[in-house]
Amino acid sequence: MPAALTNFATHFFVLGDPLIYGADASIIIVSIAILFVLTYYKKWGWLWREWLTTVDHKKIGIMYLIAALLMFFRGGVDAILMRTQLVWPGMHFLQSEHYNQIFTTHGTIMILFMAMPFIFAMFNIAVPLQIGARDVAFPYLNAISFWMFFFGAMLLNISFVIGGSPDAGWVSYPPLAGPEYSLGPGENFYLLALQISGIGSMGTGINFFVTILKMRAPGMTMMRVPLFTWSALAASILIILAFPALTAALALLLFDRLAGAHFFTMLAGGNPMMYVNLFWVWGHPEVYIVVLPAFGVFSEVVATFSRKRTFGYASMVASMMAIVVLSYLVWVHHFFTMGAGPGVNSFFALASMIIGIPTGVKVFNWLFTMYRGRIRMTAPMLWTVGFIPNFAIGGATGVMLAVAPADYQYHNSYFLIAHFHQVLIGGVVYGMIAGMYYWWPKMFGHMLDERWARHAFWWFNIGFYVCFVPQYLLGFMGMTRRIYVYPANMGWNTLNLVSTVGAYMMGLGFIFLVVDVVYSVFRGQRDKTGDPWDGRTLEWSLPSPAPHYNFARIPVVTSRDAWWIMKEARRKDTTDVSTTPGVDSVSVTKSKQNAPQTLAQAGKLKPIHMPKDSGRPFILSLCFFLFGWGLVFEWYWLAIIGLLGVLTTLVLRSFETDTSYHIPVEEIEKTEAAYGRA
Amino acid sequence: MNKLVRTKWRELALLVLVPFLTSGCGERYLIMNAAGPVAQIEQRLIYTTIVLVTIVVVPVIILLAVIVSRYRDTPHNKAPYNPEWSESKILEIVWWGIPIVIIGIIGTFTVRDTFRLTKPPTAETPLTIQVTSLNWKWLFQYPGEKIATVNYVEIPTNRPVEFVLTSDAPMNSFWVPQLGGQEYTMPGMAMRLWLQADKPGVYYGHGANFSGQGYAHMSFNVIATSSTGFHQWAQKVKSTAPPLTAVGYKNLTTKQDIVGKQEFSSFPPGMFEADIRINGGMYMKHKLTEATD
Repeated sequence: MPAALTNFATHFFVLGDPLIYGADASIIIVSIAILFVLTYYKKWGWLWREWLTTVDHKKIGIMYLIAALLMFFRGGVDAILMRTQLVWPGMHFLQSEHYNQIFTTHGTIMILFMAMPFIFAMFNIAVPLQIGARDVAFPYLNAISFWMFFFGAMLLNISFVIGGSPDAGWVSYPPLAGPEYSLGPGENFYLLALQISGIGSMGTGINFFVTILKMRAPGMTMMRVPLFTWSALAASILIILAFPALTAALALLLFDRLAGAHFFTMLAGGNPMMYVNLFWVWGHPEVYIVVLPAFGVFSEVVATFSRKRTFGYASMVASMMAIVVLSYLVWVHHFFTMGAGPGVNSFFALASMIIGIPTGVKVFNWLFTMYRGRIRMTAPMLWTVGFIPNFAIGGATGVMLAVAPADYQYHNSYFLIAHFHQVLIGGVVYGMIAGMYYWWPKMFGHMLDERWARHAFWWFNIGFYVCFVPQYLLGFMGMTRRIYVYPANMGWNTLNLVSTVGAYMMGLGFIFLVVDVVYSVFRGQRDKTGDPWDGRTLEWSLPSPAPHYNFARIPVVTSRDAWWIMKEARRKDTTDVSTTPGVDSVSVTKSKQNAPQTLAQAGKLKPIHMPKDSGRPFILSLCFFLFGWGLVFEWYWLAIIGLLGVLTTLVLRSFETDTSYHIPVEEIEKTEAAYGRA
Repeated sequence: MNKLVRTKWRELALLVLVPFLTSGCGERYLIMNAAGPVAQIEQRLIYTTIVLVTIVVVPVIILLAVIVSRYRDTPHNKAPYNPEWSESKILEIVWWGIPIVIIGIIGTFTVRDTFRLTKPPTAETPLTIQVTSLNWKWLFQYPGEKIATVNYVEIPTNRPVEFVLTSDAPMNSFWVPQLGGQEYTMPGMAMRLWLQADKPGVYYGHGANFSGQGYAHMSFNVIATSSTGFHQWAQKVKSTAPPLTAVGYKNLTTKQDIVGKQEFSSFPPGMFEADIRINGGMYMKHKLTEATD
């Protein structure tokens, strides 16, 4: 019995690496600390009532944001570990196996558990407020989406200390990721974590698609929708159409691994190319799923901080929709060198280049939004301006990679690594950080400190070039990706050293970002106005943080940049813009008459219909976690218990009728009075 | 403000520098030191695209620097402020139009060269070498000379070499940057890659697709010598090296370790084809015959 127990323990816990013992210790310490604080300050009830059971999109957005920042830290530590290993040709910092696990989890976490929740955070925080809605279309589903993401992410993260991390690369191609070459639970963790969080992503995609189409305030026609909301709509369409391919790919590979199926083994008539195709049919649109919302953020930020209308609004919308369509026609460029014929390669090469055209158009539109504006270099604007050269270079190297015969040389080299980090960090991360700074006062009622923001930006931005420009050159020198050691005589040493220095600078930038957040919680300037940036869209018409019903009275929209137009109308020195060509001039005069000045002037309030909080999304997702955990270790009894839990919660929900309530008028009046808006 | 402008210039300088650094001034930039016609085609294409994308990128960055410095919200800024100006047909036609033209040019070259690289690069009689990626080593078989090597491959100069690629392990990718771009090796499949060396030398090759624990060590040298040198070498291997038996091959595949260079005077006939077949090639008959005819 003790022998069996020892055997179990050695397979269950990851042993033999001091780094992992360190992780074990820190996980235990942090967990105990959290339990202690919650118990000591009697916060369990608060945690359950205010957060774990909430269906308020603003709180869900904040939880997504916290999760995204934590995962950014985890993925960033992975990156630093890898760069440390590569600083010198024969480093003995990480073993091959450990290095493979780290680059696999780095990629998986950054795309699926950092970028995705980051964009969902922004969706939740901004979209309902921008379109004048009181919540998303399906608030209960929204909570399920978050908890599914959360437990999926936990399942992947726990693999580091229990059972072992996946190590077949974030793309996880069979046969390497198949049962023959990947023993142990690592790959199962990957497959089930992505599958569970994928259900959440799908829910969010559907939710925001419906919200944006059905929940807009009266008068907000599609061509008056703010560009960030447009980008959320575009990303939602992509999610709905792309994620099923990933679901299928992961499920089939899981059958191969657990049930002895042969979907992807040549040996029994399957084909690994099928996995590669399915993966990238999702994988390339996924790139646009995460970058389109960043484009949306930049559009908002540029217009607000240039104090000017967005240039070429119609062409921004058209280019976004063009990207949505084109993103499904480019997936083969991830494997030009896997034996496709020249006709196929040519088609996908051309499609991949063409997608650069609408993307380039957006850059020019941002530039000309700033042109003849009045640019305020606040933190969100700093990240936006920093993004443009990044994306110009990243886009250019993207076109270079799309040239199929040239890609035969770049494929799997550091040139590729540099390119996609340049667009994904330079696009998504810069965009989401810009969005975080931009909407922070709306979320928390205080500003983030500008001085620390500058430190964070410059360390991160300069570090970024120091890190990735050498990698382009390493690609030209023939360095391949995913190697943990490299020959000393190739001349790669110096550039790798420089690149690692850059990675540490970016790490420092991230630390300053965290310092900024912590500092500002205590010392940051409080936002009393609700409109600290002199914003243009409806979220700035609300107090900060917004009351949980958002709008006491649903606004009537008469023009694009609705809030700006309302403010123009209220300002004493209103200039009559009706003489400016190309402007919706009538709406200004209309809003002058219609814009509600105070609550009293705008007529009587009505009770507000709101959804009730529920603990079931949390419990449902927890059951999914148990189900996934059971399958990872092939403990089918646990998987069955988990699945029964899932079914029970679903059945219970279907019998629930009392799912909403009305906020009485007195309570709304009291809340609004507290904000000084009576 | 000045700090920002300065940074933009620094980025601009870097951008201009990249093509220069990679223009073959250092022989360490393997992709830019083409040693054969295939790599030359790819290298020319890379130069062309660098020039063309630079035409867009540099003005964008200059424009950004100018706009950001001119339209700052400072008390004494005299630059015009026009908050409602948001449409211009002419400007939009310009920036939809220019990229379309540039992509058109790049696209034309791309299609031409994609088709060109599927054929042997020159008219000389090709040499066929069969390549198998294993855990974690490379096996090269010479069906003409009936010899085999591990972790290095010898080729004659000025003669196209048809590499026929497969894998008896997870997928990998066969890449010799100075001779030309890569192609994947996959179990149960045979794919071809045309390469040619114009001058004698030792060229660095490495597996480019991650294949597991020993992957980082999967490098090999391509040694190009004159035609006579190649034949002399083949004769020497033929007469001095031990044979590769079926058992010997099984040892190579099952032992997941890293080995040095090896050479064999013979190998079991049809071993490469059999290897593809038992790895699933029986489901892809046409592919198998095409590659080995």
